[in-house]
Amino acid sequence: MPSMARAATTTDAFNAVAEPRRRRILDALAVGDRRVNDLVGLLDISQPQVSKHLKVLREVGLVRVRKEGRERVYRLDGHSLKPIHDWVRTYERIWSERFDALDEVLADLKAKEEGNGDGDK
Amino acid sequence: METVTSSGSAKLTLPSDTEIHVTREFAAPKHLVYKAVTTPELVKRWWNAKRGQVTTADIDLREGGKWRYVMAAENGFEVGFHGEYRDIVPNERIVSTEVFEGAPDPESNGTVNTMTLKERDGRTTLTVLIQCPSKEVRDAIIESGMEAGLQDAYDLLEEVAISLPAGS
Repeated sequence: MPSMARAATTTDAFNAVAEPRRRRILDALAVGDRRVNDLVGLLDISQPQVSKHLKVLREVGLVRVRKEGRERVYRLDGHSLKPIHDWVRTYERIWSERFDALDEVLADLKAKEEGNGDGDK
Repeated sequence: METVTSSGSAKLTLPSDTEIHVTREFAAPKHLVYKAVTTPELVKRWWNAKRGQVTTADIDLREGGKWRYVMAAENGFEVGFHGEYRDIVPNERIVSTEVFEGAPDPESNGTVNTMTLKERDGRTTLTVLIQCPSKEVRDAIIESGMEAGLQDAYDLLEEVAISLPAGS
């Protein structure tokens, strides 16, 4: 079990989505659940390749699998994308702070313009 | 009298592996937003938010003209950014290059930034599209946010530590 916990780390989810074909698989699964053969047809990637990438995605918890009759159906699990979401949010906050400061500058410029029309000193 | 409080937080999306898109609405007409983003003494007031001071804001606002901003962080550490204006439509759009001087091989890891202003009912939506030469550069830029976030966390930790009574 410790190895399972290890596999679900942030770094691993990041690595998993760094591969372009794996991102295409995730994009396809974002639209709906798919069987391996659906993905092979949709993405024009060979079946062994699709299976290999699905295995990586399953290991980091980005994708879940269930059996329907004799077939395995894959589903996207958005939870493990949260670290990536958080990763982007921190950078977004820098812009938010920068723009909050810009709000203050704009308020001053507006006050000047509405005041006596004498914007320049 | 309109309120001039914060119009909300910036919205950041990643349209592709090599792009960053930021958008934000301001309670001001676009000519004032344009003025605030192109006038050195005004840029110094907002560009670095509350993270230290902008010590240099050189703006030669014409196609082919150069710009350079330097900020001094609270720890005295200076970081510089510079670039060149490629396309300027006053009050509408500025396309410029941006190089982070602290990056490895800075000149070849620069970005192309397109800032666009759209006004509606006296309010302006500012968008910035940052186009990076590679996914690595884009990721490094986003990582810079992680570092700043981490620094905030350390600062907060320090404040909390200072507020604790000695010996606790």
